[in-house]
Amino acid sequence: MSLQKFMKDAVSEWMRGKGPESDIVISSRIRIARNLEQHPFPMLATDSQAQSVIDQVLEAAKQKDFKKIGNFELILMENLTALEKRVLMEKHLISPNLAEESRRGAVLLSDNEAVSIMINEEDHIRIQCLFPGFQLKEAWKLGNDIDDIFEKKLNYAFDERRGYLTSCPTNVGTGIRASVMMHLPALVMTQQINRILSAISQVGLVVRGIYGEGSEALGNLFQISNQITLGQSEEEIIDNLESVVRQIVDQERKARQKLLEQSRIQLEDKICRSYGILQNARVMESKEAAQRLSDVRLGIDLGIIRNVSATILNDLMVMTQPGFLQQYSGQKLTPDQRDEKRARLIRERLLLEHHS
Amino acid sequence: MLCQECGERPATLHFTRIVNGEKTELNLCEHCAQEKGHILQDVGNSFSINNLLSGFLNFEPPFHAAPDQNQEQNRCETCGLTYNQFAKSGRFGCSDCYKTFDHKLDPLFRRIHGNTVHSGKVPARTGGQIKLKRELQQLKDDLQRSIAREEFERAAQLRDQIRELEQQISSG
Repeated sequence: MSLQKFMKDAVSEWMRGKGPESDIVISSRIRIARNLEQHPFPMLATDSQAQSVIDQVLEAAKQKDFKKIGNFELILMENLTALEKRVLMEKHLISPNLAEESRRGAVLLSDNEAVSIMINEEDHIRIQCLFPGFQLKEAWKLGNDIDDIFEKKLNYAFDERRGYLTSCPTNVGTGIRASVMMHLPALVMTQQINRILSAISQVGLVVRGIYGEGSEALGNLFQISNQITLGQSEEEIIDNLESVVRQIVDQERKARQKLLEQSRIQLEDKICRSYGILQNARVMESKEAAQRLSDVRLGIDLGIIRNVSATILNDLMVMTQPGFLQQYSGQKLTPDQRDEKRARLIRERLLLEHHS
Repeated sequence: MLCQECGERPATLHFTRIVNGEKTELNLCEHCAQEKGHILQDVGNSFSINNLLSGFLNFEPPFHAAPDQNQEQNRCETCGLTYNQFAKSGRFGCSDCYKTFDHKLDPLFRRIHGNTVHSGKVPARTGGQIKLKRELQQLKDDLQRSIAREEFERAAQLRDQIRELEQQISSG
């Protein structure tokens, strides 16, 4: 398969990198957790109870209003190979929990992959909307609409005092997790990042690497999300996150400007070296790839590298993950083979830029 | 550098051990390191959010002089989850668990969220009355604010809306 064709199938809407502030904010995501009344949560559900949840969600998805949102396909986890699941995970469309531990786990996936509705994950229903750039409000609006449409047919577990009831006490109340993925190379280079991250944790927000809890911040990408779900309204949660993100965007812009003014030649050198390595390397580990891609992306944003589209960080960060590499080559790969494939895929991807 | 244990594979793990000021270095391959127990298996998974939560749950407030509760009261009738199981896994078994264990949840929620009561969205169809009550509260808050800011025109509008809503609630 040609890389072009593979990418056409592989790239989700959120990786196309449009949207406000997309030089710094890679993507915005809203996740809404919901459960059905009188059904044990997935952790304790039997097969037939779990099946009944799928059936009810599918019934709710038959409504006209839901069809207006987009074309959805139901994918059952039991019908996927381990590799296919891994690819969906690497694209952030399903969670590791759904892929590996769920009983009758399923996902309703929209055509453009902007909406994925996980069924029988930790909660019965998890509506996820993933938008490129800084579009938290838009993502929330869409998620909220879907929630309203579902609620017309589904009896949600809701309590006047505690709000939407969830399997884990960390999600109770609104059940929403709003998060943004940010590219913050200049704050890392100028060593301001730790100060900022520790400040963030003091205002009820958490920072993670790009593949969720416990993952490392590869490629200077940081995922920032709300921690509190009880006692604040959805709007307050989103406004709070938005205002913090806006401040970080400002700080990152200032740090980039400062780098340009004070150490332009060193910065250009670092960026152009990374670009050269990506264009020529024959072996590339994922950690190095992430760092080099981050450098090149910064170079593009600052006008140091021209004629390369800014989306390469978004799509290559995902496509150079182990699952994707194996899908692209159509076979299982050892770590060494992956490093070789990764280097080749990146070279080919960069070549596409020069021809298009 | 080759692994100093097997001498076959490249050494990828380098340990420095300092015991009583005496330094020893070990250069091992992954295989031998695992065999010799130098790699702790699953370090990443052994401490999770669940551990943290169950830490909170086992915390009994000193003022909570609860009378002796028998085991039965500590089991959710709907799904069968016991309080101990909940404390251990940090997960509820079903939505009724929230009622069953209600008397123990406030300290937990306060620790996680700093709050114990929901103030966000209410389901439109099933939560009709609740939703109206919330709206009423919102309007009343707005009214207070308008009065404080001396925006009397706005306050009058709000007052009318509040009356209307109150009628709706009492008739519904």
